[in-house]
Amino acid sequence: MRHFAFRRFMNVFMTVLCGVALVAAFIPLISVLYLVISKGAAGLSWDFFTQLPKPVGEEGGGIGNALVGTLYMVGLACLMGLPVGVGAGVFLAERGDGTVGKTVRFVAEVLSGVPSIVIGIVAYAMVVIPMRHFSALAGSVALAIMIVPYLACSTEELIRVVPTSLREASLALGVTNWRTSLLVILRTAMTGVVTACLLAVARVAGETAPLLFTALNNQYWNVSPVQPTASLTVAIYNYAISPYEDWHAKAWTAALVLLMLVGLLNLTSRVLTRNRLKGAR
Amino acid sequence: MNALASSAPDSAPAVAAGAAIATPKVEVQKLNVWFAKNHAVKDTSLAVQVHTVLAVIGPSGCGKSTFLRALNRMHDLVPVARVTGKVLVDGQDLYTREVDPVLLRRRVGMVFQRPNPFPTMSIEENVAAGLVLNGISGNHAEVVERSLRKAALWDEVKDRLGHAATSLSGGQQQRLCIARALAIEPEVLLMDEPASALDPIATAKIEELIHELKEHYTIIIVTHSMQQAARVSDHTAFFYMGELVEMGATEQIFTNPKERRTEDYVTGKFG
Repeated sequence: MRHFAFRRFMNVFMTVLCGVALVAAFIPLISVLYLVISKGAAGLSWDFFTQLPKPVGEEGGGIGNALVGTLYMVGLACLMGLPVGVGAGVFLAERGDGTVGKTVRFVAEVLSGVPSIVIGIVAYAMVVIPMRHFSALAGSVALAIMIVPYLACSTEELIRVVPTSLREASLALGVTNWRTSLLVILRTAMTGVVTACLLAVARVAGETAPLLFTALNNQYWNVSPVQPTASLTVAIYNYAISPYEDWHAKAWTAALVLLMLVGLLNLTSRVLTRNRLKGAR
Repeated sequence: MNALASSAPDSAPAVAAGAAIATPKVEVQKLNVWFAKNHAVKDTSLAVQVHTVLAVIGPSGCGKSTFLRALNRMHDLVPVARVTGKVLVDGQDLYTREVDPVLLRRRVGMVFQRPNPFPTMSIEENVAAGLVLNGISGNHAEVVERSLRKAALWDEVKDRLGHAATSLSGGQQQRLCIARALAIEPEVLLMDEPASALDPIATAKIEELIHELKEHYTIIIVTHSMQQAARVSDHTAFFYMGELVEMGATEQIFTNPKERRTEDYVTGKFG
């Protein structure tokens, strides 16, 4: 009986402990959301999304150019990074058991752990110095370098869990190896791969360090790949370190916009990956 | 080991007399398969006549599935597998450099132990998969209907061709996989225990189907069930420890086997 009472006590105790851990994990999350929304929501307006920034002291003005800059550079980074990342992942899963595969996997794992500021320096050396000035291209190269290893590793894992029986089914129909890889294996893993892509994009969309000395900043609209470009994250940084009250408010609102953007990406991944077929399990 | 199909003419009246004289559809000569150092199939020779059903029986691990998979070069996928000997389809050896395993597999179709429809595709897309994935254009709807009818599945799915293949029951999924294999019009159909994951009613449907398919295809079926072998096949081959022990007309194997080991197995003394 004593043992039973002890077990019952331990059971309750451990359950309470897990509950406490859960609450502890939620506190930072809730406080981030609460702070950003409470301090940023007031500044939201149509102008904030569409206007250029105004000098200190002047009313109004927005971060339209930074929003466009972030979307533009992230888009450019996707064009470069997504195909390479997914392709590398497919290669690692299908042919990754040789020396080349092992080396590529090792490099990818190391790269995905490299601090983003280091990647910023690399992009600075690779793109900014030869071009002799800061540019959107340099910023998106830095972001693409961050996307590739992350995406390669997650794509490989997603493809490796596709059952061998599907590969056999395809090959037994007389389908070539590469068509099987792309049209059967990758397609089966597609739900996961799309999610991984969006998460990778959401991750780099929130990066500041790789953009600081690659894309720099810009007070005006810019969609030229060779010109310095504003971004949400760098705008938040500049507003936040300034000594002016109204710029601090703008930093909070810009942070809220960034959060909404990342949230939207996550939501999109959910919608896109719903099964289109009736009766699917 | 000279147990050719033609050695038992009297007990298999279903086989046309002329077929025994013609070149066998599939002929295996001294086939050996190794997985690394494990000698899984040993020095096997046999022949299968056109439009007949050969059942391959034997205890688990006797090499019967390995043997079957050698017939459409599925072992090419396994790096440690090594195959020697000849497999002739219509007199042409599959294991020569000139033969493209991809094209070969379109002539020698395969149905697996567990139903493996493509989960991202609808019923219709699954049947047409062999055509679509190979980039073959044409009237797929017609091929889909014809294949589903041949696989005796059409009436059950004709109103929901766009539904997910995974929404079907296990037995229906297996018939769908048979329809998918038939859509690319193979000449030989390999079946690796196609009913082992199915209930008795679904099994009966698959067996009935094999009877019908025999008119147009040459079928080699691996099975755990001796009753099933007796019901569906014209000839039976008994494998034990990687060796082909005996092959003959199904009736003879089950009623009057020549080898002691065959008799022990079919009478249930081991296995």
